[in-house]
Parts: sequence; structure tokens; C-alpha cells
Amino acid sequence: MYKYDQYDQALVDARVDEFRDQVARRLAGEITEDQFKPLRLMNGLYLQLHAYMLRVAIPYGTLSSPQLRMLAHISRKYDRDYAHFTTRQNIQYNWIKLEQAPDLMADLASVEMHAIQTSGNCIRNISSDQFAGAAADEVADPRPYAELLRQWSSFHPEFSFLPRKFKIAVTASDTDRAAIQLHDIGLQLVRKDGQLGFRVLVGGGMGRTPMIGHWVREFIPVSQYLTYCEAILRVYNRYGRRDNIYKARIKILVHELGAEEFTRQVEAEFAAMSDLGLDAPQAEVDRIAAQFADPEYDAGAPDTLDRSDPDFAVWVDQNVHAHKHAGYAIATISLKPPRGIPGDASSAQMDLIADLAERYSFGELRVTHSQNLVLAHVRKADLYALWQALAEADLATPNLDLVTDIIACPGLDYCTLANARSIPVAQKIAARFESDLARQRDIGELKIKVSGCINACGHHHAGHIGILGVDRKGEESYQLSLGGSGAEDASLAKILGPGFNKAGVVDAVEKIIERYRSVRSGPDERFLDTYRRLGDAPFKEAVYG
Amino acid sequence: MIKLLTGNELLTGDVLWWTGAGWSLHLRDAVAVDDPALLARIVAEERVNDPTFIDAEPGNPPVPRTARERIRGVGPSVRPDLARI
Ligand code: SF4
Repeated sequence: MYKYDQYDQALVDARVDEFRDQVARRLAGEITEDQFKPLRLMNGLYLQLHAYMLRVAIPYGTLSSPQLRMLAHISRKYDRDYAHFTTRQNIQYNWIKLEQAPDLMADLASVEMHAIQTSGNCIRNISSDQFAGAAADEVADPRPYAELLRQWSSFHPEFSFLPRKFKIAVTASDTDRAAIQLHDIGLQLVRKDGQLGFRVLVGGGMGRTPMIGHWVREFIPVSQYLTYCEAILRVYNRYGRRDNIYKARIKILVHELGAEEFTRQVEAEFAAMSDLGLDAPQAEVDRIAAQFADPEYDAGAPDTLDRSDPDFAVWVDQNVHAHKHAGYAIATISLKPPRGIPGDASSAQMDLIADLAERYSFGELRVTHSQNLVLAHVRKADLYALWQALAEADLATPNLDLVTDIIACPGLDYCTLANARSIPVAQKIAARFESDLARQRDIGELKIKVSGCINACGHHHAGHIGILGVDRKGEESYQLSLGGSGAEDASLAKILGPGFNKAGVVDAVEKIIERYRSVRSGPDERFLDTYRRLGDAPFKEAVYG
Repeated sequence: MIKLLTGNELLTGDVLWWTGAGWSLHLRDAVAVDDPALLARIVAEERVNDPTFIDAEPGNPPVPRTARERIRGVGPSVRPDLARI
């Protein structure tokens, strides 16, 4: 894992001092809320429905055990004993007091964390594949490049006031676990003629106007990717629309110019910049890369697994993935237990997971955009003990990518922008299935994603079944969409028809699922593939017929 | 339909309701009020964020018209253990 150097730490410490002063001046009445609000937002502190919410960055979703323990400590000391992992691989606290926020940020800084650039029209936290560095199918670990992007984009003076927020995702395999096609910039690490470089995609995004990104470069060597990203940002910063907040994202610029013309402009900018030496010197690249060296795997770790406990075997089948090293596996910890709140974890659970990561996974863990956690390097021989410890803490639900593994944004239970609640809808849908694991497994991969408003933090556009909360004269209502995907086969979900109330949407989802089971070509055909084969007619008929 | 005055406390972010004499954390203490001068004074004082009037049905407690304000009045519906009652 990356360790801060003196410059990283000095920057973060200085920001804590600066924010402490800003809060003091606000509380003393020396600055108004209008003056203060942009300052607190630059530090990830929002005012939500019930209290201040702090969004803490988890760079490319990677955490150490001491960091997670500190996050648990913060939940206990400054919040209400729990926190929420988000679809941007970050963590949010819901009950922060303004007067305590500077002390909280000092605690974060003590474990090399912060909340800088988790809000505002800047480059946000870089997201990545939760299996990075461990996946059997990746060309190389993408995290050193994500870390370089983090350093390049942190406090970048030219890109601190972009037309709108900007999100970058980095992966390194053909299987897309980070929804890169739905980011402002998506970078896929590839190898060509023995050389590492990136395929570059621009202009994807969700929100009010969802779009799949366009591939603008098939290969840029890793020695030039920062300059290339800088060229993209420059074109956007100059021509992105600042007159209309709804048209300010880069996807609109790419759409309005056309991908070809946009690419031409980026290439021209890149050509003009390419000899300026903006990319990191090789020594710095090497310094960062060395910190992501493989952990010291046990070369003799047995590659076999005792699956004699059937409950354990189910968890392995559902939540465990192949690791690049023999004798190891990747274990996903579901934060979607029965009756749970998607992505929420208590302080005690966070402490336990930090301990388990230390014991079984080299003290490191990951946050997924599906609001789950990952121990990326577990000896197969340790999986059973890990599973037992997780089960005791209600953390061994074997439902990864199943119907009960639902993404839900905070919605109207917490969020000031929401039209409708997301979490109770997710809970009610899950409740229809959670007691019957065989039925869940028979349904197979099914990604339900719920957003409480058009901002789409719950990724409903990328849901096999997407649910969007809408406001109908002050009352909560829900719109259903089908056929989205955030994976390598990315697609945008299509609205099915008229909306529903809360009970209605739960019934409708169950009817859609049962219709799928009756019309699929066989048990191996996923919901998404059935939908793509048959279109929405059978599902419309099931719901509205 | 009556109007209630609400906002969030600067220091804590807590939801506040105007009681006629000051602020309460509890919706049950809210009274009908529709006084633009009062709102202007509160805005100028800068101790309560986003002060605003909302519509509600009279009652004890009053019932805000929108789901949003009803949830603000009680707390997250998914965490009844944290409800403000
Ligand atoms: S999608 Fe809307 S309701 Fe949900 S967290 Fe984002 S802004 Fe809030």
C-alpha cells in the first residue's frame, strides 16, 4: 500500500489547520454561511437532512487495517457508531457536528486520510477495481497509476474549478469491476507489444443524462498517460459548459462536439504538451510502484479447499474469487445482510474486519462500488476460519451479485437532494428473497440498483433492474428501468413504463423476476441476457398487463 | 394547511423547529408561523442554516405536507433507534 511521504502528510496536515481556522471564524460570526459553505464542501462536509455529513476519500478503494480502525473510532467518537460505504468506494458519516469536524479531520490525517476533493467541481477520488493487484485476470496492478493520478489531481491548480465534478476510474482487466465506461475518464491498463499503456475512454456518466463513454485512444504508454489526461481536462476546462449546470459534465461536451472532433482537440492539445515533461519522472513512478509490490505470499500455501461444510461451500461459490497466486483467494464481505442497510457497517464490524484483514490478508482491504468490502489476499487454507469469524458478526451473507446484493444510495432517509427513499425499497425487495437462498441462486446474477433522485448515486442507470425515486407532489414514487449494466458489456437501463408507489415497485420487481424465470432459455441465462434477447415486452406484460 | 419554520442548527446540523419563542429539536413543539420579518431576522443572525417555511397540516405534532419534511421531523426511517421523538 502507498505510504505518505513528507509532502503528502504536510499537505493534509496544512489543510486540517486551515479548516480549523475556517470553522472557528464561522462559529465566531466572522464569515457568513455563504462564504463558509464552499470551504466546508472543499473538505467533504455537506449539510444533509438531519445533520452534517462528511465524505471521506478512500483512494482507489484501498484501506489498511489501521485506517479502518480509525474509521471505526471516528464512528464511535464523532458519529453514531456506524458509517456508510458509498458507490464511489468512499465512506460517509451521517451525524457530524461542525465544531468537532476539525478534530475528526486531524484524526483522519493521523492515518494518511482526508476528505479533500470529495465534493466540488474538481477531480474526485480515483476509483478502481477492488481486485486490483490480486485478480487472476489483470495485466498489471493498476493502483500505482491510480496513486499517481491521485497525486497529480490533488490540489491541481488548473483543475480546482472545473465546469463540473470529474470522476476517473482505472482498471487492468477485460472484466470491468469499476464501471469505467460510466466515468468522465475511464482508463484500462493494457499490454501492447510488451509495453504497458492505457486504453482511454471519455464522456461516460450517469446522473440526469446518462451516457456510455467513447474510446478516444486505443493506447497511450504509461509514460505519457498523465499528460494525456491533462490534455483531456484542458479541453474540457476550456470548452465545457459553465452556463448550465445540467450540461456542464464532459459527457455533454463530447456529445455536442462529437467524439471524433473532441478526440481531435485532445490530440492537438496533447501534441502541444507532450514535450513539457508533465509526466512523473521514472524514479517517482518506481518509488510509488515499489509500495504496491506483492505481499510476501506463502509459496507453500495449499491450493485445495475443504468444502465439506455446505454453508461454507455456498459462501465460497458466491463470495470468493480466483487469485493470481496459487493457494490464495479473494473474499468479498457482503454488507447486505438480511434486513441490513446496504453499505452500512457498525464500528464493531469495522474493527472486526480490520482485525481479520490483519490476520488473513496482509492488513489490507478494499471497498467495492457495490458497497461491499474485500479481503484481497486470503490463503485458501484460512478461508474457513475467516468465514466462521465473519458469520459470527453477521458478515458472511453469501449473496454477492444476487438479487439481495442491492446497491442503494442514502436517499430520502438522509440526503437533502432526494425525492424518495432508497434504502427501504432495497430492504423490502431483499425481504422477498432473503429467506430462500436456493431461489436467489436460481435467479442468479441480478444487479438491482436504487437511486433516490436523478443524480444516480445508486447507479440505477446501470442496474439490470434500476429504480429511481421521483417526487410526485411531495410523495415518494418510483420509476423502473431494465437492462442496464456497469460491466464490460455496459448499457443504459430503459424505462419500463409508468411509476409506482413503494409497495407497488416491490411487487413489480418480484413480478419481473418471476417472469424472467419463466421465459429464460435455461438456468444459465442471466436476467440481463434474457432481457437483451426478448426486450421489455414480457416484463411490461408481467407488470402492467 | 399551516406554515412551520424550520432550519438546521449551525453548530450541530440538527433539525430545528420554531416554537414561537425559540427553537426546538422536536416537531411536536413547532407552532404555526408565517412571518417574513422573523425569517429575515434569522437569516441575518446566521446561526441557523437554510431557514425556511414549510407547509403542514395542523395537529399534535403537526404533519408536514411532504415526505421529505416528515422524515426531517423524525429522523431516518430506517434507523428508528435514532428517531427524534
Ligand atoms: S442519488 Fe440523489 S438521493 Fe441518492 S444520494 Fe445521490 S443525490 Fe442523494
